[in-house]
Amino acid sequence: MNKLSAYKGRPGSLALRIMVDLSAALTVLVLVALVGYILYKGIPNLHLDLFQWTYTTDNVSMMPAIINTLTITFCSLLVAVPFGVFSAVYLVEYAGRGNKLVKVIRLTTETLSGIPSIIYGLFGFLFFVVALGWSYSILAGIMTLAIMILPLIMRTTEEALKAVPDTYREGSFGLGAGKLRTVFKVVLPSAVPGILAGVILGVGRIVGETAALIYTAGTVTGVASSLLSSGRTLSVHMYALLSEGLYMDQAYATAVVLLIMVIIINAISSLVAKKVAGKAA
Amino acid sequence: MIERNVMDKFTINDLNLYYGDFHALKSVNLHLPAKEITAFIGPSGCGKSTLLKTLNRMNDLVEGCKITGQVMLDGGDIYAPKTDVNLLRRNVGMVFQKPNPFPMSIFDNVAYGPRTHGIRSKLELEEIVEKSLRDAAIWDELKDRLKKSALGLSGGQQQRLCIARALAVDPEVLLMDEATSALDPISTSKIEDLVLELKEKYTIIMVTHNMQQALRISDNTAFFLLGEVIEYDKTDKLFSVPSNKKTEDYITGRFG
Amino acid sequence: MNNSFKEKAMQLVFLLAACASIIAVILICVFMFGNGIPAMSKIGIVNFLTGTLWEPFADVYGILPMIVGSIYVTVGAIIIGVPVGIFCAAYMARFCGPLQYKVLKPAIDLLAGIPSIVYGFFGLVVIVPIMKDIFGTSGKGILTASIMLGIMILPTIITVSESAIRAVPESYYEGSLALGATHERSVFATLIPAAKSGITAAVILGVGRAIGETLAVSMIIGNQAIMPDSILSGARTMTTNIVLEMGYATGIHRQALIATGVVLFAFILIINLLFTLIKERSARNE
Repeated sequence: MNKLSAYKGRPGSLALRIMVDLSAALTVLVLVALVGYILYKGIPNLHLDLFQWTYTTDNVSMMPAIINTLTITFCSLLVAVPFGVFSAVYLVEYAGRGNKLVKVIRLTTETLSGIPSIIYGLFGFLFFVVALGWSYSILAGIMTLAIMILPLIMRTTEEALKAVPDTYREGSFGLGAGKLRTVFKVVLPSAVPGILAGVILGVGRIVGETAALIYTAGTVTGVASSLLSSGRTLSVHMYALLSEGLYMDQAYATAVVLLIMVIIINAISSLVAKKVAGKAA
Repeated sequence: MIERNVMDKFTINDLNLYYGDFHALKSVNLHLPAKEITAFIGPSGCGKSTLLKTLNRMNDLVEGCKITGQVMLDGGDIYAPKTDVNLLRRNVGMVFQKPNPFPMSIFDNVAYGPRTHGIRSKLELEEIVEKSLRDAAIWDELKDRLKKSALGLSGGQQQRLCIARALAVDPEVLLMDEATSALDPISTSKIEDLVLELKEKYTIIMVTHNMQQALRISDNTAFFLLGEVIEYDKTDKLFSVPSNKKTEDYITGRFG
Repeated sequence: MNNSFKEKAMQLVFLLAACASIIAVILICVFMFGNGIPAMSKIGIVNFLTGTLWEPFADVYGILPMIVGSIYVTVGAIIIGVPVGIFCAAYMARFCGPLQYKVLKPAIDLLAGIPSIVYGFFGLVVIVPIMKDIFGTSGKGILTASIMLGIMILPTIITVSESAIRAVPESYYEGSLALGATHERSVFATLIPAAKSGITAAVILGVGRAIGETLAVSMIIGNQAIMPDSILSGARTMTTNIVLEMGYATGIHRQALIATGVVLFAFILIINLLFTLIKERSARNE
């Protein structure tokens, strides 16, 4: 089918074929170049010094930033997941057809998912940092990110709930279970893989986030000692290293760690996705 | 018996077709006369549609499809390595079970084929579109709405548009894969009339599960069962004095 | 009795949770507009939007250069990213075998997951020096940022377009092949036109991502707050304007930055609206 002779007298098709192949190759090439270059330059710069528990200007350790990243990721999920899952439950299980409120909720969710992170950063700064007086704190960062990933959690949970066959619900109702019991014992458990997929996507977004955090969680180098103290995540750490301009080697190393994190998150995500697909089939 | 003739359009010699492990066509031998209507009948899954799709190599799209034997069109093997499949499909047009007009205007639907084969002149395209729509007996219904979307037409109109679209590339053969099964009786009879007219210029091979239809319009009929050709003869003969017991059982309704 | 109370109470909890997104949007609007609009009226809305000078130390705030900068890099990203993205989506949906797909799909997911700071870094240490060598400029500027953003929007364009192409009924493709069209022509003359509303949605999402991108752009665009005079010249976008100066701005300067955010927000709202409209239209067509 791919034999060159098939294109004889059909230069247009040949040209299209070349463009298609080139574009696919280019896309892969860009990824390989990016990942390859950063690993190549970064891995030699990964020293144990970079993983010491405390940051000093000598060791430029990224360990505190890694710890802050974990804290912020965990706490943002703690806020966003219940809200996201419960709203999805409302939308799928409770709201009637043609409900006006549902329309508004969809509109606002779509709006939230289109807002760029710098605007979230500005808002978080104005609301959490200034108006609520939390100053630069990981709490302000957590709340900002929680709002940011809310639409993601909502959407994936909604899809997961919709994929639960109605026969499950009917079966539960048929046994005399109430709506609430049906939701918690039957519907939500079978939607867990789908919800998990959304959560993992959310983790990916939080780990990679910078613009929404610089002016909310701030850029302090140490481990945040409480929710109200400032702390930088790994992405923000990398941004700070680059804007100071003195730490290129460490920036390469940080980029390696970030990339590895993203690769792991993606791997988990595709595993979960496979599980979801397997279940559907 | 239908005599072999040098003027036969298709000659199929010992054709076997497998979908993976499934033996879908078993040593089929047929010769299909030019400018006549040949009908393939038989219960579902008997291989009649599969055979039809070997005639323009649409079976190439099916993964794991393997073919042995020969399919000759005007004496040339269409499965020979040097065959240009696109050219073959241009010469052997196809009308599908469900009308499948493209989501574009009526004009663009009919002009799609000619444009594919390099005709760019607007005047020429307009001529082809008009002629094809006239040949498909639908020009009068559509001439005032050529710029409208083809998806707005009724099912019967869509199918006749698809016939016009197939005619626009000037084929020699027209394959019809249960082309009326999705249509109402009135649309069906319009298409049957059309097919009878088209036989003047084209060789028509149709798959149908409607035996009345085969009887009404075809010249020759092949009866298929479990991937084999059980009987192939003049339609009148096959329906009135079938020579095979299984054919008789089928046409008298024992297979359903 | 107890049970029915629990049912009612939890229903209320679900309802309240569902209102979270509404409350979030209201809060964002109130705080953005509430802080930005007064600044705009103080500066003068016309001066603010059409002024070509941004000189915080002289209290002169015109963001036209930033609006132009944002539009330039977004258009550039679209010119670079959209064709490659659509061709690549066609490859994935219609050209490649399962083996290539197994490589390409995770590759594109990974492209989508790479943090923008890493993209920016890559742009800074790889693309900027290359541009410097080719054009003899500083290497930073609109073209560089456009290339980077073009790459960054690829996953969005590819993923959304691919599913749009896959959603087109197979019968269109078969109909085209049966007329003697090649595989390529069948894909590009029937499938892709039939998927056009989905592909348009992909492009709009890409626009939203490009216009909102901040850090990757800030590292490679040069950040001069001046009207760009060529695609090689340095520029500043609305997003980078905010992130660069927010750290030390006070008073009216800070408000002017927030107002910049408001203008960006308005752009995003318009883009969202377009996206919703197109999605509704394509849902109706089905």
